[in-house]
Amino acid sequence: MNVLSNEVREQTTDAPESKEVKSYAAARRRRTILVNVLRVLFIVVIIGGWELGTRVGFIDPFFWGQPSGILNQLVIWVTQGTAQGPLWEQIATTLEETLLGFGIGVVLGIIFGVLLGTNRFLADILGPYIKALNAIPRVVLGPLFIIALGLDMPSKVALAVVMVFFIVFFNAFQGVREVDRNLLANARILGASQRQLTTQVILPSALTWIIASLHTSFSFALVGAVVGEFLGSTRGIGLLTQTAMSTFNSNGVFASMVILAVVALLMEALVTALEHRLLHWRPNTVSDVTI
Amino acid sequence: MNTIRPMTNSSNNEETVLEQGTPAIDLQNVTKRFRTPSGGVYTALRDLTMSVAHGEFCAIVGPTGSGKSTTLSLISGLERPSAGEVRVMGQTVEGIDPRIGYVFQTDAVFPWKNVLSNVATGPMFRHQPKAEVLARAREWLARVGLAGFEDRYPHQLSGGMRKRVALAQTFINEPQILLMDEPFSALDVQTRNLMGGELLQLWSTSSASVVFVTHDLEEAIALADRVIVLTAGPATVKGIYTVDLPRPRNVAEIRFDPHFIDLYHDIWEDLRNEVMISYERAKQRG
Repeated sequence: MNVLSNEVREQTTDAPESKEVKSYAAARRRRTILVNVLRVLFIVVIIGGWELGTRVGFIDPFFWGQPSGILNQLVIWVTQGTAQGPLWEQIATTLEETLLGFGIGVVLGIIFGVLLGTNRFLADILGPYIKALNAIPRVVLGPLFIIALGLDMPSKVALAVVMVFFIVFFNAFQGVREVDRNLLANARILGASQRQLTTQVILPSALTWIIASLHTSFSFALVGAVVGEFLGSTRGIGLLTQTAMSTFNSNGVFASMVILAVVALLMEALVTALEHRLLHWRPNTVSDVTI
Repeated sequence: MNTIRPMTNSSNNEETVLEQGTPAIDLQNVTKRFRTPSGGVYTALRDLTMSVAHGEFCAIVGPTGSGKSTTLSLISGLERPSAGEVRVMGQTVEGIDPRIGYVFQTDAVFPWKNVLSNVATGPMFRHQPKAEVLARAREWLARVGLAGFEDRYPHQLSGGMRKRVALAQTFINEPQILLMDEPFSALDVQTRNLMGGELLQLWSTSSASVVFVTHDLEEAIALADRVIVLTAGPATVKGIYTVDLPRPRNVAEIRFDPHFIDLYHDIWEDLRNEVMISYERAKQRG
């Protein structure tokens, strides 16, 4: 049956191992070690200099904090809990708000992005309003949500949703508009219905754009949740920061910042994993700059 | 323009029920105008009349920008004519006909699907049972020489291999009409000859009528039963040539056949003027 296979065979050539390859690998290993050593050195110099500066009186620890004080604060929070309850409860609250806001915002953004991207008429009608809404700095909606939805979780989730929605929306919209016309024509010829076109051609090809927006929108969801907590709440890392601020506890502000950074980095890793899972068909993903 | 196909046609299925006189594809005085982004009107085809018989392999050649691709999109139903009539199997085209297969010039395989699901796409869209579709897709992959590549993604394949995927993706739908828009133009010359031969082999086991658009006259003569030369745009038929070279043909070597060279001479005489006209225009525009 196999009549056509000339081109296929030449694909599997194995490169011979050579000394050149090995010395190249060794050079790369040396470079990796050097980079890691310098990385550690860099942070030691920064934090050490800061600590030293506060010890010799060059930096005032009351205003600018002190690494040892921050560490101390973190240890107290972990071991004895915070003024508003155990630390894990604060982290869990903020995380829940962020994830809920992120999830809802992403889903709404994709739905509206695809809807308006595939329907030019609707896009023409709603276009100016969406642009206007997007122009508003969305954190100003925070006070409104606090008034309308109260001090509990819903107001923070709502703020996170509006932060995320627009980013995902614009990416999904653009992604839908950029779908390769050849792919659409091919799918139609192969027998795709309108619904199959949307779910099996337009969505997958817009996914590259949507996924690229997830990194940014996750940090915006976190901003929404934390700002919401600043404005008025009973729990959360934002409240922790706010309390530390109002008691002039600069170490406390830094300590909650450290917690936020750790949370954000962990979630970022999750988004990256999701990205690799969904975009495994791509030769190399160009969605984000990695350092 | 009556051509006798030297090739033996294996099938005698339902299409013989159709009236013998009805051509598979029939374009009558077709004109196609497009609106340009600047608000003007661009006429791609003017008063084009041509037809393709059942099971015939017909090549369309013409200078760049002469509306060759437009002809195909009219036959496929992707576009509607501004005037005139397009008929497929005796019926006026009013949408995308499921009996049509289309191989595009650029890569149109789905980059997020692996090779197997790419080939299975058409039957899956048409709601055929999955297990059976996948079995057939494997069969077609073997037939285009890609057995063992089921799990690869398009970006992991060479241009020639992606073209084979596209061929399998089209042939699995068992099209009665096969439209090909410069399908091999992005490939290097050797691969192109190879693919031409493979196409003829695949076609010989089907009963499809083929319209093969190309700018390469050698390719057209090597593959087709009939070559239609279009004028520089707006395109209309300049000449029709019957290629009476015997089948099966060796695509890579047929160009040394004296009769091939004669044919090439004749058709080139016709084509040359149009190419010059189109070239002069492009120069003026640039």
